[in-house]
Amino acid sequence: MAMPFFAPGDNPGASFLDLLRRTGVDPFAAGDVGRVSVPHATTCVALRFGGGVVMAGDRRATSGNLISHRSMEKVVEADRFSGVAIAGAAGPAMEMIKLFQLQLEHYEKVEGMMLSLEGKANQLSMLVRGNLPAAMQGMVVVPIFAGFDTATGTGRLWDYDPTGGRYEEKEYVATGSGSLHAGTVVKVGWRSDLDADGAIRLAVKALWEAADADSATGGPDALRGIYPVTATITSDGWSRVDDARLASIVDELLVEQRARNGGDGR
Amino acid sequence: MSMPFYVAPEQVMKDRADYARKGIARGRALVAIQYDAGIAIVAENPSNTLRKVSEIYDRIAFAGVGKYNEFDQLRVAGVRAADLKGYQYSRADVDARSLANQYAQILGQTFTHEMKPLEVEILVAEIGVDASHDQLFHILYDGTVLDEKRFSVLGGDADAIAGRLTPDLASTPDLAVAIKVASRALSGPERTLVADDLEVAVLRRNGARRAFARLDDAEVERLLAN
Repeated sequence: MAMPFFAPGDNPGASFLDLLRRTGVDPFAAGDVGRVSVPHATTCVALRFGGGVVMAGDRRATSGNLISHRSMEKVVEADRFSGVAIAGAAGPAMEMIKLFQLQLEHYEKVEGMMLSLEGKANQLSMLVRGNLPAAMQGMVVVPIFAGFDTATGTGRLWDYDPTGGRYEEKEYVATGSGSLHAGTVVKVGWRSDLDADGAIRLAVKALWEAADADSATGGPDALRGIYPVTATITSDGWSRVDDARLASIVDELLVEQRARNGGDGR
Repeated sequence: MSMPFYVAPEQVMKDRADYARKGIARGRALVAIQYDAGIAIVAENPSNTLRKVSEIYDRIAFAGVGKYNEFDQLRVAGVRAADLKGYQYSRADVDARSLANQYAQILGQTFTHEMKPLEVEILVAEIGVDASHDQLFHILYDGTVLDEKRFSVLGGDADAIAGRLTPDLASTPDLAVAIKVASRALSGPERTLVADDLEVAVLRRNGARRAFARLDDAEVERLLAN
């Protein structure tokens, strides 16, 4: 592989995607393959709280009525101050995450500074739009993007549609097959004075309710020790909530649920 | 028909080498030193925005002296080559040796075939799993690659700087000592360099994926002081 050099007026600049195309490695160069059936990833939510944002996603991937993966990670760190969560066709979704992470890092290294949060959201938009031909063949990818805006000192979040449409939301976003239920739980429980702990609990509860109502969304799996991937993004950057803490939150939810069902909560 | 004057190839190469060396000597030097937890790169650089030292990949840093636009172009090409390789294969497959070879080919090619050689010297540094796997590749304007141990000096006055550095580096220093020693060696006996005159970056062996970090002026000042 030769070291890539370009003439000054003919330079891909800080765009990794452009560089890939110029070197003949186009990630979106898919021919018409007809409709294909691939594993699907499901529900993710993100919500704002005082110090930033919380993102969470279940771990299940399905192929039709079968569970194809139990421990998929659909919520990932995009860079230090942002995260991306993905629902839709698992293969293209994972590739999109990888490209997005690379693009942010590539820009940071070439330009010597990070992209603005708005700039990152816009980059993701272009990746989703690039996937449109595949989306037309059934491989739809719908991400959500959230991060801590170091310029304004607040958490911000964005919702996307399959054409790359990008919509900034003020309180919460949800994507995937269980998004209706998860979104409703967050909507009912969201308050402007939520702290990180409250926001984490609300996100876990939202996924719990989504798993309860949507067969494609996986609930917490205490038997295998699989819990939703949950992370906070604050002025300190991305931080993943550890499984022990998630397990205790899930235990509390169980108690709450049993009490609601008329049991004694034990 | 006019005949071009004959110039002996030895003379052509010598002239080009002199030209490149002169260009490099006009700029300020830099030093890379292996310290107890990684590699520290200390450059004399009055600018706070035009960088001489930068990140190439997870464990690999780049440093250049000489003509800024030329080594910056090489830096960007290195970032591109590394990111492409990591994307097509795996992050673990990106290594300093391969980058150094590619740089050497470009510099060598330019030196022999172009009108003007690149007036740069560059360093490709990589930290390994332990200190014995650290690598410092020093590449000259004509494509010569030097695989250096413990420390590396780039720039016009390299021999004098290396001479000042060697006695102070009997054992592997910690970060503060490494930066002090580097700063003293760069300044020489007649002047003193302060934090604002230096650009300092490290490759840290701390388990994080991206080992590269810049030290800001306040941090450098603190390390120089104690």
